[in-house]
Amino acid sequence: MITTPKAVRPRVPALLWIPAAGALVLIVLPLAGLVVRAPWAQVLPRLTDPAVTESLRLSLVCSFAALGLSLLVGVPLAWLLARVEFPGKALVRAAVLLPLVLPPVVGGVALLLAFGRNGLAGPLLDAAGVRLPFTTAGAVLAETFVALPFLTLSVEGAIAGLDRRHEEVAATLGSGPLRVFGTVTLPLVAPALAAGGALAWARALGEFGATITFAGNLPGETQTLPLAVYLLLQDDPDAAIVVSLLLLAVSAALLIALRARWLSPLRSRPGALP
Amino acid sequence: MRGRARVAAAACAAVVALALGTGACASGSAAGGETTLTVLAAASLTETLNAAKPAYEREHPGVKPRFSFAGSQELAAQVRQGAPADVIATADERTMSGLGDDVTKPSVFATNRLRIAVAPGNPKRVRGLADLTRKDLTVVLAAPTVPAGRYARQALGRAGVNVAPRSEEKDVKSVVTRIRLGEADAGIVYGSDVAAAGKAVSGVAIPDAQNVTARYPVAVVSTTEHREHAQALVTWMSSPAFRKELTARGFGTP
Repeated sequence: MITTPKAVRPRVPALLWIPAAGALVLIVLPLAGLVVRAPWAQVLPRLTDPAVTESLRLSLVCSFAALGLSLLVGVPLAWLLARVEFPGKALVRAAVLLPLVLPPVVGGVALLLAFGRNGLAGPLLDAAGVRLPFTTAGAVLAETFVALPFLTLSVEGAIAGLDRRHEEVAATLGSGPLRVFGTVTLPLVAPALAAGGALAWARALGEFGATITFAGNLPGETQTLPLAVYLLLQDDPDAAIVVSLLLLAVSAALLIALRARWLSPLRSRPGALP
Repeated sequence: MRGRARVAAAACAAVVALALGTGACASGSAAGGETTLTVLAAASLTETLNAAKPAYEREHPGVKPRFSFAGSQELAAQVRQGAPADVIATADERTMSGLGDDVTKPSVFATNRLRIAVAPGNPKRVRGLADLTRKDLTVVLAAPTVPAGRYARQALGRAGVNVAPRSEEKDVKSVVTRIRLGEADAGIVYGSDVAAAGKAVSGVAIPDAQNVTARYPVAVVSTTEHREHAQALVTWMSSPAFRKELTARGFGTP
């Protein structure tokens, strides 16, 4: 059968429509529940409650710090995984991706056993006067642990898919490897960096299990918005719903903003020579 | 286009069917004449109820209690949201009375006194609540929304001490875990928690004048489909056999 792509729209079989629509209902209905059940008259007074603004401030501080830390160590790691061959690379890649599938609470326990007072690195940290559990730094570390794979995965894929001739040209023109990385490689993978960064940030913002397990729960110190939601739900469900709405709005706003500016170019292949 | 509404309806039906199916499994069916009772119980009851379970099943053939342990407030929130449960036991009467008509006729079946939990052998020499203000101690408490956290603050208030905890844990068992892992030096928990932790933690007594008695009520959840079995379980929790189990594990009885 010969058809021109424009003339005939492909018929989507019901076999695909029904489960796809089911998936959509599964995702959208709970969000609708949140919006429908929200005590709208109380939204403003609840959101301006000092306890909530404190958690919001802490959440923003921690999630952006986690994003910064992820960029600092995740981009070089992505480059290493994409460009350098070394023994055991498959294992390293698996380890990097593990936090994606690990239950966050398990991540929190693992962090405790590594960086806690009696953890593997505990004596070392103690000697350096660094205390991570029960501190904001600990919350940032927990968020970075779960957010890092999103960034690394995205950037590694982009670097591996780059046309290396750009970098080779820059190198033959006399640029050193670091300069090539900073002025050629990074700009070429900027869309992947933004997309991975957005996902990592959103994951950090929503982090709960690893944070409460590793860093504890103290208002102003480690109680980020998801922890506040959890504890409010026990005591004051209406307030919990309002804070959940706030998280939903912040995440949605960021994703929409990024989609417009950054995520769309992802569809075209980065770094293809004209 | 004309099929779209039908498709959407079918999708909704599929999801609802899925949800109902899961719900039915969760509430326990009477397949083969066996009844599963879902019991929501305060975290501090974990060891006692688990230990008493085989005896209960022997005495009540065909009934299998299934426990879900969490902070009392969390359990109450689950009941308020309509979780399919048959019995709820909380660590305080306030949480239970907050449930109103969602439960029927709560009765107190156990009591518990507070203790300070410290590392085994009490290496930091904690002698009482006043010591918890010491700068060299990392202290954790249960969150004020959790009964154990509220009682701890009442006791500290009676002792006239102002403690700044490093973390407000989501339930009392998490406080014990912090001590066990060595992340915290001291925490205020129930006597039963210290008993349950065995050699992993030591307990420091809190004098009666400062201490607070937690009263544990149990009630049948109003929406239960196994009212008779649920009521029998509630009654059994005041029986001499279960009281013996309670006192062996650091609880008191009313």
